[in-house]
Amino acid sequence: MYGKGLLKGLGVTLKRFADTYLDDIKWMGKRYYTAEGLAHRSSKDAKGIFTVQYPEEKLPVPEEFRYVPFLVYDEGEDGEILNRCTACGICSKVCPPQCIWIERALDPKTQRPIQEPSQFIIDVDICMNCGLCAEFCPFDSIKMDHDYEIASYGRTVHHLDDLLKPASYYDEIRPVNSTREAAARKEAEEAKAAKKAAREAKAAARAAAKTD
Amino acid sequence: MTTLDFSRFGTSVAVDEREGYEGYLVSADKLVEFATALRDEYGYDYLSSVTGVDYIAEEKFEVVYHAYKTIGGAELVFKVQVARDKAEVPSLIDIYPGADFQEREAWDLLGIKFTGHPDLRRILLWEGFEGHPLRKDWQEAYYEEDIKPFKSRWPKAEYTRAEAQNPYGANVKYPDQFDPEKWVPEGEDALYGSLAKYETTDESGLKTDHLTVNLGPQHPSTHGVFRIAATLDGETIMNLKPVMGYLHRNHEKIGERNTYLQNMPFTDRLDYLSSLSNNFGYALAVEKLLNIEVPERAEYIRVIMAELTRIQNHLFAIGMFLNDLGAFFTPSLYAIEERELVLDIFEMVTGSRMMCNYFRFGGLARDLPAGSLQKIKDLVFDRLPRKTDEMDRFLSENEILRSRTVGQGYLSTEDAIKYASAGPVLRASGVPYDIRRAAPYSIYDRFDFNVAVRYNGDIYDRYIIRLDEIRESIKILQQAVEQIPEGEIQTGKPRYQMKVPAGEAYGRVEGPKGELGFYLVSDGKGNPYRYHVRAPSFINLTAFGPMCKGLKIADVVAVLGSIDIVLGETDR
Amino acid sequence: METKGLNSPGYEIPDDVKGAVAITTIDRIYNWGRRSSVWPLMFGLACCAIEMIATAAGRYDFSRFGMEVMRPSPRQADLMLVSGTVTKKMAPTIVRLYNQMPEPKYVVAMGACASGGGPFKEGYNVVSGVDKLIPVDVYIPGCPPTPQALINGLIKLQEKIDGQHWKDTRWYREGDLAAIPIPMLGPDLIYQEQIPAIKEASKEA
Ligand code: SF4
Ligand code: SF4
Ligand code: SF4
Repeated sequence: MYGKGLLKGLGVTLKRFADTYLDDIKWMGKRYYTAEGLAHRSSKDAKGIFTVQYPEEKLPVPEEFRYVPFLVYDEGEDGEILNRCTACGICSKVCPPQCIWIERALDPKTQRPIQEPSQFIIDVDICMNCGLCAEFCPFDSIKMDHDYEIASYGRTVHHLDDLLKPASYYDEIRPVNSTREAAARKEAEEAKAAKKAAREAKAAARAAAKTD
Repeated sequence: MTTLDFSRFGTSVAVDEREGYEGYLVSADKLVEFATALRDEYGYDYLSSVTGVDYIAEEKFEVVYHAYKTIGGAELVFKVQVARDKAEVPSLIDIYPGADFQEREAWDLLGIKFTGHPDLRRILLWEGFEGHPLRKDWQEAYYEEDIKPFKSRWPKAEYTRAEAQNPYGANVKYPDQFDPEKWVPEGEDALYGSLAKYETTDESGLKTDHLTVNLGPQHPSTHGVFRIAATLDGETIMNLKPVMGYLHRNHEKIGERNTYLQNMPFTDRLDYLSSLSNNFGYALAVEKLLNIEVPERAEYIRVIMAELTRIQNHLFAIGMFLNDLGAFFTPSLYAIEERELVLDIFEMVTGSRMMCNYFRFGGLARDLPAGSLQKIKDLVFDRLPRKTDEMDRFLSENEILRSRTVGQGYLSTEDAIKYASAGPVLRASGVPYDIRRAAPYSIYDRFDFNVAVRYNGDIYDRYIIRLDEIRESIKILQQAVEQIPEGEIQTGKPRYQMKVPAGEAYGRVEGPKGELGFYLVSDGKGNPYRYHVRAPSFINLTAFGPMCKGLKIADVVAVLGSIDIVLGETDR
Repeated sequence: METKGLNSPGYEIPDDVKGAVAITTIDRIYNWGRRSSVWPLMFGLACCAIEMIATAAGRYDFSRFGMEVMRPSPRQADLMLVSGTVTKKMAPTIVRLYNQMPEPKYVVAMGACASGGGPFKEGYNVVSGVDKLIPVDVYIPGCPPTPQALINGLIKLQEKIDGQHWKDTRWYREGDLAAIPIPMLGPDLIYQEQIPAIKEASKEA
């Protein structure tokens, strides 16, 4: 029969319409603007309308989510900025579109390069959000941000000041990763300390042997 | 690789004995004869990839061909070398019509002339473009250095915008006495000329002018910036040529400057609907060169991700195809809902919804985060089978869909092979060729699944085969998520720079759109010397013109939708 | 929600007519009308277009902002969402489309490619950002911007519209708006303003 397909199609939409309201009733007003409601709407059991009412409610971003990179700094005793970045340049080498520019700071006295960046530029309008810089930074310094609300009225180029964010922020957005990394750092430090201690002990032993 | 007896060609066919290379070197004058024998006597009926390499140090070009048997089995590689200043190779278009676009591409980007090709125009760039960009001595306007990383990035940041440095493009060469005011953009005439005659006379002596119509590059149903030029008789298509290159992003030129790892995120942007499949193909190719193994768990995760990719790609394809048929947006809204759920998994595991950049050589970037396997299980055991059936129920018997598609846009089995169609397009024409079965890679030989195949070769079959494939993918996924072992996900330490042994490799996977191949040539350094992508969307379009001939103009859109192209891959 | 801003003119409305009378300014009501019916041009360039489609689809649904009417014809569109890599081969078409759009018209550069060239910037066929061709109102970084990021950008656009004054926006001044000269496809992409320089250079050669 002609027209059957049409009616069937309309039926599908109607059912969805009804599903939405039935689900609304089932959730008794908690379907929207609550974390559970949102999780329900993006689960396998979602039925009916599943729109996320951005900006009033936002989909939680998963830990691994990556947008543009930022630099993590540790906070000193009285809040001063302790750069994790040593200006080693690895991130600028791995960056596929080559959008990281790093200037290594010079020691004001000796004019020798020191392990600190004096300028760090990321051209966000080139960055492809690939996350390779974060993956290969040996000092857990450059990381991928979760903040995606960065639309603006001009081109976006991030300089050192825009890039720096405290470690506490990083711990907050990526708890699993940061705990793992902190543990790894601690281990490495301990290993280093142990090695050093062993070496010193050896040297002491040798010195002792010599004097004998 | 099997060795074949080509002794009757004498010295014209020699085994390629360079270190790390394989296949045969054929002399240019014997190429056509050789290829004919290959097809008719040795059974290599499917010429999958044609590309060129510029060996500038040796002053020659090499054209590389990869041929297969559609009954399965290993590839046969053969090559032709020609002098750089006399770059002419006989065209194989008469023997393997699927070489059409690929030869045009090699002409466009490398300047290798294929004698006997009836329509050797530029394909990705425009007529009048200066030079052939993939030649090693050609430099673009923003050229900085031959290879990455660039020196201006560290330790002294010399930050300038490339465009600010090159207001007119330092490397752009204008021909002598070039006068832009007198310049007429070329190309359109050649295009329309290639569309055959504009006027016919029927038996009663009535003269009919044919109309030339352009669809695109901005058109709602061309799936991006794709253009179709067609001559019409009334509403009937007489001849049709796809015009592409509107999204030509110079993937290969950039790829040859990148390090091997840097190419990984770029492959995401080829077929941007199925980035994980692209990752897979590229990782396989490089792993072949490096000769490294992938840990068990990583193989499983790779398969899981690739099959999820296939599902979401096909969902999107079906939705958009229905859009093209005029079911404005409603079916695709339903399809995209399911796709979003798959994307949630991608985002959770890889960090990005679309540009996943998840595979590494010898493994993966990271393990599955807690909870993600459960999410995948929820989908593959519950939601997706249910929703696929629902989609099938809603759409497959729909009278409008059937009357628009059954028997339309026919592609015969022979033609499908001839035009080197791949993936669902090939299989809907009755060729059960699926690389996952024909030449199993990764761990596909462990799973129990069927190669979806349909026999009518019409639009309807190309639609329904995607539903079949979703079902088969779900089957694979159900086995994979049950069997996945614990363990490592990366062989060795992840490295960002490595030396890759010299040689060539061709890695191919069954992507959602068809055979996706990466042809790599390494010269032993950290960057690929040649990086070529055999893009299924691009090559599947070879059959598009022939398929449309005789159809009404409105059906062109349906045919295009049923091929399922993605412009990022078509134009690269 | 949006009418709240509309109805706060800074004048005291007597209590007894508060339910019946609304006072606003022309700017406000006019901007309100425009910002609530921004119709985008149905126009996808590359990967970002897929995220644009996802934004238009059920889960993010930008029809909540009055933007659901995607127009395939530039004549009926207010907003050009440049979603993807702008290539040189496509550049003349983009400018032509922009010229065909009626005023008031807005351009949103979605993603790194449209904003500033993106990862493919170094390529020989890539234009370094669509602002090299047409004026851009809002830039959304990201590769690709997620649907929520796109909506965030669109809200930014609405804010921009809110701040406009009908007297000093470009298109309400006297005289016709000059169409943007369409670049040509020569040996490379040729912008019209480069022609004299190129002529000079080729004469010397
Ligand atoms: S961010 Fe990390 S990789 Fe980059 S320069 Fe600093 S320490 Fe090195
Ligand atoms: S995310 Fe990728 S593109 Fe962006 S700065 Fe890091 S390495 Fe470069
Ligand atoms: S910004 Fe990224 S996602 Fe968007 S078009 Fe460019 S490459 Fe594709």
